[in-house]
Amino acid sequence: MDLKELLDPKKLLSYVRGTQVYKSAFRHGMPENVRNRALVVLSNVFLHLHPSRVRTSGIRLKYTWCMGGLSFFIFLVEVITGLLLMFYYRPTVEYAYVDIIDLGEQVPLGIMRELHRWGAHAMVITVWLHMLRVFMTGSYKPPREFNWVIGVLLLVLTLLLSFTGYLLPWDQLAIWAITVGSNMARATPFLGHEGPGASLLALGGVNLVHSGSDVRFALLGGRFVGAGALLRFYVLHCVAIPFVATILMSIHFWRIRKDGGISGPM
Amino acid sequence: MIDFLKTFINTIAAPEWFVSLAIVVFFVALFWEKLWTPKPALYVLGAAVAFFTVSLLDPNFRSIVTKADNVPIVAMLFLVGFFIWLSMSQAYENDRRIGRGEKPMEASEPVSKVLVWPDLVYTEFICLILFTVLLIVWSIFLKAPLEQPANPGDSPNPSKAPWYFLGLQEMLVYYDPWLAGVVFPSLIVVGLMAIPFIDKNKKGSGYYTFRERKVEITIFLFGFVILWILLIATGTFLRGPNWNFFGPYEFWDVGKLPPLVNINLSEYFWVKWLNTGLPKGWLLREAPGFIVVLLYLLTLPPLLARTLLRKYYEKLGPERYAVMVILLLSMGALPVKMYLRWLFNLKYIIAIPEYFFNI
Repeated sequence: MDLKELLDPKKLLSYVRGTQVYKSAFRHGMPENVRNRALVVLSNVFLHLHPSRVRTSGIRLKYTWCMGGLSFFIFLVEVITGLLLMFYYRPTVEYAYVDIIDLGEQVPLGIMRELHRWGAHAMVITVWLHMLRVFMTGSYKPPREFNWVIGVLLLVLTLLLSFTGYLLPWDQLAIWAITVGSNMARATPFLGHEGPGASLLALGGVNLVHSGSDVRFALLGGRFVGAGALLRFYVLHCVAIPFVATILMSIHFWRIRKDGGISGPM
Repeated sequence: MIDFLKTFINTIAAPEWFVSLAIVVFFVALFWEKLWTPKPALYVLGAAVAFFTVSLLDPNFRSIVTKADNVPIVAMLFLVGFFIWLSMSQAYENDRRIGRGEKPMEASEPVSKVLVWPDLVYTEFICLILFTVLLIVWSIFLKAPLEQPANPGDSPNPSKAPWYFLGLQEMLVYYDPWLAGVVFPSLIVVGLMAIPFIDKNKKGSGYYTFRERKVEITIFLFGFVILWILLIATGTFLRGPNWNFFGPYEFWDVGKLPPLVNINLSEYFWVKWLNTGLPKGWLLREAPGFIVVLLYLLTLPPLLARTLLRKYYEKLGPERYAVMVILLLSMGALPVKMYLRWLFNLKYIIAIPEYFFNI
């Protein structure tokens, strides 16, 4: 093979496809016939979320709106931008706010926080619209009941992810939004110190549930939104909730296939 | 003329008018087949865009709508409208087909199955690229908000929860935190999860349709549009300092003091109707409230099973029916309390502040 042939993109491509390195990664020819097109999907760990063939009606954009796919994609965007943000951000009362300012002013191409925040808003909306679509097509009906339940849990986790992330900039907007939100926990029946029934849980006149032992305290790691809450929300936001969400997403996607793929008329 | 229009809109934006109007529009629109075709939809969209654009000229409207965190909510309102139209227009189209004895669009594809590569993978790829472009442009032009550093001693007025929880915060106007912040949200989640186990209608699986699932779709959309999206919009755009109501063109005046005229059912019963004072013990004092709540939760279900919901009771059996009707009554509890508040200034049906037990 001489240099001139290498300059011809077509010949260069076919040369690359003949090398042992390329063949070790991709074990099929170009997806130009039915067999290879099926193999592309079957032999790729990412694409094999899909079956090799799907119902025509199920992939029409006006049927699915691509909202489930978009939600998953935004989750990935959030993971990547979030990882990059973690390089700069320290979840302590001293540093959190200045780190956020630095992110916008000192870091080159400082729109990472914008991508992350607007992506989060967008994800809440796409998840709602995905639920709307699934409802309107009756796709929760048997045999997909279980997957609808998983989907509702994922919706809750999406909101919790967004909620825990809301505190991290440690500005007035953050701390007071979380204060308003977490004040609700104070009123949990029996488990919050201002909830109905909490005063019944007393031993010899000593309340078991008080402002230092109720669910709100467990959530915030303190009696108010302070350093403890910031650390807890950071860990929940970056590790715990994404971990659970990833497991549930795996089940969600796997069950789509096990329950017969994208829904369609019987 | 403009001032008159603004005052008019400010007035009808008050929750009692806004929600009532929305409920009427919701039911009229849902059953008005002609609406779910392209032309009327374009008129509605045009009207919405025109209203929005003209309103932007007003400084008060502009300052609240263009707050960075509120921009996505405006977008969401348009998106929810569009996608409900998209699903309902396909549902009515399929209904016409079914009415003619044909199969729905989804069952009439010339080729029933296609390869994922290229047909699906390319669609997804294009969607992802378009979304990425949108997100980057959005991020370049709209800075993420950052206010003053956190200060636990200085609470802003109004303090608002993140926007997707503002529907719940708006519920706090009508119910105490243990209901609006804990019980109702839990019931929303449980209720959503219960849908596939309550809905025994075998029809309408895997295609858009309205006539085969009228009741289910009406209930779901009522919850989603009126009790969720609309309350979020109210909480975001129409609630200012001290969580007072402010019209879209109204200045957020911290000094606005609405009259405090709300009174409890116990006061209605003992003081106004019986002309005696309030009894000392809470059990007797709140007895009328307990009776009302128990009537709502315990006598309505069997009553409905014999009348309005008889068909469902027979189809679902007692257990499923009980779950469904309790969920429905909980959902209905919000509009019921709203109207009790607006019509009778009712504060609490049961009020036992000593145990934090107010309904």
